[in-house]
Amino acid sequence: MATMLRVFLLLLSLLSITAPAFSLYEDQVGLADWHQKYIGKVKDAVFHTQKTGRKRVVVSTEENVIASLDLRHGEIFWRHVLGPNDAIDGIDIAMSKYVITLSSEGSILRAWNLPDGQMVWESFLQGPYSSKSSLLVPASLRVDKDNVILAFGKGCIHAISAIHGDTLWKKDLEADSFEIQYMIQASDSDVIHLVGFVGSSEFDSYTFDAKSGELLKHDSAAIPGGYSGQAALVSSNTLVVMDSAGSTVTTISFHDGKVTFNQTPVSTLIEDFVGKAIILASKLEGLFSVKTGTLTLFVRATVEGKLEVVNKVDYATAVSDLLAISEDRQAFAFVHSRSNDIDLTVKLGADWNHDLLKESVKMDQERGSVKKVFINNYIRTDRSHGFRALIVMEDHSLLLVQQGAIVWSREDALASVIDVKTSELPVEKKGVSVAKVEETLFEWLQGHVLKLKGTLMLASPDDMAAIQALRLKASGKSKMTRDHNGFRKLLIVLTKAGKIFALHTGDGRIIWSRLLNSLRQSATCEAPTGLNLFPWHVPHHHALDENPSVLVVSRCGPSDDALGLLSFVDTYTGKELSSASLDHSVVQVIPLPFMDSTEQRLHLLIDASGQAHLYPKTSYALSIFRSELSNVYWYSVEVETGIIKGYALKEKASDNYSFDTRSIWSIVFPSESEKIIKSSTRKSNEVVHTQAKVIADQDAMFKYISKNLLFVATVAPKASGDMGSSTPEESWLIVYLIDTITGRILQRMTHHGAQGPVEAVVSENWVIYHYFNLRAHRYEMSVIEIYDQSRADNKDVWKLILGKHNLTSPVSSYSRPEVMTRSQSYFFTHSVKSIAVTSTAKGITSKQLLIGTVGDQVLALDKRFLDPRRSVNPTQAEKEEGIIPLTDSLPIIPQSYVTHALKVEGLRGIETVPAKLESTTLIFAYGVDLFFTRFAPSRTYDSLTEDFSYALLLLTIVALVAAIFITWILSEKKELRDKWR
Amino acid sequence: MDKGKAIMGSGRRWAVDFSDNSLAPSSRDIPDPPGFSRGSQEQDDSTVTKQKKDAEANWKAQKAWEVAQAPFKNLLMMGFMMWMAGNTVHLFSIGITFSALWQPLSALQGVGKVFEPYKDNKVDLLAPKLVFIALNLGAMILGVWKLNTLGLLPTHASDWVSSLPPAQEVEYSGGGIAFH
Repeated sequence: MATMLRVFLLLLSLLSITAPAFSLYEDQVGLADWHQKYIGKVKDAVFHTQKTGRKRVVVSTEENVIASLDLRHGEIFWRHVLGPNDAIDGIDIAMSKYVITLSSEGSILRAWNLPDGQMVWESFLQGPYSSKSSLLVPASLRVDKDNVILAFGKGCIHAISAIHGDTLWKKDLEADSFEIQYMIQASDSDVIHLVGFVGSSEFDSYTFDAKSGELLKHDSAAIPGGYSGQAALVSSNTLVVMDSAGSTVTTISFHDGKVTFNQTPVSTLIEDFVGKAIILASKLEGLFSVKTGTLTLFVRATVEGKLEVVNKVDYATAVSDLLAISEDRQAFAFVHSRSNDIDLTVKLGADWNHDLLKESVKMDQERGSVKKVFINNYIRTDRSHGFRALIVMEDHSLLLVQQGAIVWSREDALASVIDVKTSELPVEKKGVSVAKVEETLFEWLQGHVLKLKGTLMLASPDDMAAIQALRLKASGKSKMTRDHNGFRKLLIVLTKAGKIFALHTGDGRIIWSRLLNSLRQSATCEAPTGLNLFPWHVPHHHALDENPSVLVVSRCGPSDDALGLLSFVDTYTGKELSSASLDHSVVQVIPLPFMDSTEQRLHLLIDASGQAHLYPKTSYALSIFRSELSNVYWYSVEVETGIIKGYALKEKASDNYSFDTRSIWSIVFPSESEKIIKSSTRKSNEVVHTQAKVIADQDAMFKYISKNLLFVATVAPKASGDMGSSTPEESWLIVYLIDTITGRILQRMTHHGAQGPVEAVVSENWVIYHYFNLRAHRYEMSVIEIYDQSRADNKDVWKLILGKHNLTSPVSSYSRPEVMTRSQSYFFTHSVKSIAVTSTAKGITSKQLLIGTVGDQVLALDKRFLDPRRSVNPTQAEKEEGIIPLTDSLPIIPQSYVTHALKVEGLRGIETVPAKLESTTLIFAYGVDLFFTRFAPSRTYDSLTEDFSYALLLLTIVALVAAIFITWILSEKKELRDKWR
Repeated sequence: MDKGKAIMGSGRRWAVDFSDNSLAPSSRDIPDPPGFSRGSQEQDDSTVTKQKKDAEANWKAQKAWEVAQAPFKNLLMMGFMMWMAGNTVHLFSIGITFSALWQPLSALQGVGKVFEPYKDNKVDLLAPKLVFIALNLGAMILGVWKLNTLGLLPTHASDWVSSLPPAQEVEYSGGGIAFH
């Protein structure tokens, strides 16, 4: 059997050498893969002005995307994903033809062409400090026939020409802690006001001549009561701020060089006020809004500094900025969400009593509350004003509301995926109707006849189109049941918005989505953040009718000691089965390899104080865990201190489900020479087929396969900064392979003159990592393979035949097996965002690396290119084994891009899931975009291709049978004739 | 084929035996004609038939030896083909090796049939049969040897460990960098 397999694999590898392409044909695109484009949570939106005519909106998002969306359908016209460190601070439209963006804390100003999104110019603004930034595009300000853009950033104000991006003038404010709040153009004059704060107690106002850049005035005054960081501009010379206690509103007017303050306690605006009030930032004429608890107040501020409440709204509310609808009229909108509806109200800026528009829109509860609203107007045919509102919801989705209905919606939470897990679909049951996607026999036959026509080149162009449509539809691929090959699954996706999605692998559609209650902001939990997903309940064999569920681990707030939250979600229905607020923090979750009687997996949660907590909290789980207690360990990699510690668990008297931990080993890296930048382990669910590797001359090497292998990379602290911050002499990269049970360092290797960032992947008995070689000025990839020398003398065939060996008996790390490592390095052209490796059901199929390149594509690279046994002149036997002659750099074969022509913008992670079919692995790459495909590292050797023509096969068989009959009859006749002769 | 067989004597469709050698009067009721003596005729013919039979036996023995040695030529040809096929596993070498294994095997199965035409009381077929078997076994050994050189026989440790699953680990550990 084994030898047959070898023959087979050998044949296979020979085949794959001769034809290295795993590429697709053009017409196969979209058959097994799908790609979805997102933009992320919208931060700011600018509508095209009437002049430009086209119905589009330009948005900037928290994922650093700038995009132009079609207002009719919500499609993306164009989109640019700026880098992860290039956050967009301001966006506006200049001269009705350029989109201006200010990003990277006010240091990069770019102009994009409005219709097609091409970059027109880019200016780098330099300044001495880092500070908040602000962008102002005055409509009517001209300097020498040139439109001016004012940008504040890094402590400097810059005037930039809108046409070619040149700096017209620049002024350093010489105030290093000035935090700008608003940049205001005084009505139709060339005077610019900059208002902001220094620290939390000083108000500063600067006045500039926009044409010359001359500083006209600088006023500074201490604010009584301090400043909490929230401010709203009420008019061009009045600002309201909340004091640091959140109980008093201060009105600041800065008129003609005089700064006057006027304080009003919140309690005079609203009775029985307790807690903290927040001012919602907006630019309204004479109005601002204050949020206290669940109430939202609209407050009018008069010129004298008096405040009066005009309205109270009982729900969470979002307020838009002012929109000029005609020369002297301005409107604004506010939206609040009630249980199942959202109410959109548009009012004239000056007149509270008159509603321009009041609409109520049915809203899915899974979208949460309204977070932001942007409005735009249009002239109806009867010359009246119509309004459309772009609404950002709590779940980061973007909606366009017009005429009381949702015109379109985008699920942009999917641009910020945190974690992905897969879940099997329900088993197909008899009587369950799946007729929607099922086809009749006639249709099936028709389809195959069409395909046959295609194969025999008889098809007309119409037929070809029909064939392509059929293939794309691929009848079964979007069914809601398990398939034989395991291609159909649910991708359970946790997003930053706290929303969980289930995507179908067949076509990427959303099966269900759920905004988790436990992940929503509440009184007990200020800023809940999702951390991870774990498969909680995976029913096997005998309990297939039960629904699987996932565990969502999250915590209240960004700090380590914030309390943890658990919620359990049914993966078929998306129902939140239960949730629990924990009384301890969660810094690590360790899924244990034990199941309880209901097939729930045991999990160990480690809190910030190093205690371990067992879940589920059942006595049965406890009894299982107790019996294994002495064999369960955990370790922590502390990046800040440079220490890796290993712990064992021990019983605690007071609490049954909590365990004390005791440190058993630690590795301390000297902080002056080493800094941890990467750690990586094997995927816990990886399946390895065999422990031996057969090499040339029928020799065998035993792989060191351990789940407790940790790869750690450290660099010189000097070299941990950006590229080019250190010389090759003072930078080095040291990699370690550590056994996490005993703390034994299995291998330590130094790369001199190398620096991070390091990306690494550990699988089976090897590690592959990617880093930068400063000496060669190139990226490199290295491979380390580990072999178990203590098993190497198991060479007696008879013992092996009779099974008298201990190769499969359980091993302990304390037996300290002798290991041998081999490694090799290669140059690699690209910098890398993420590395993953294919995984298959039984682990027989050879592996390929999946490299997320800097161009946001996924490149498949055969593991055979990263084999330490490669040499310049491999022997015949080695060649037969499939060893590729050594080259100094790894080849990049354009056909082996898994993402073919597509880009997964902002690529952050690649997830691989085995299909049931051994040859195939499912790949899910996520970033701002999502991409899913099927991939066969050694081709689909165990199945026929999708477009295999069954009709042709059938036809051939029929023809052959007919031929047999005819020849048989003929031969009978001939024989008879011969006999009569 | 049919004609050939008829001459060889084994595949006759029908035959009349003229040399009825029984001394007893014919079984029929009709008595022998007067002056007819069975014995004398027998006496008369015996020398001729004996000679004839000896010749036939000789001829059969000779033929049997020829048949027995036939695999030798095969062996040589097989060896040549194997040498030509080389030591790498591909369709050609596998085909040749398997035919080299199959041919002797099928020949050995049909050993009785091959020597049936030469079956005679006076011919000793044992020696040719043994030679035939030995030669075929030789061919088979050649095939097995070839199989081994191709690396298709599980004679190495690597063949027995290549499908051994990884050993279970006693300890379990998890963890890593804390969530942030």
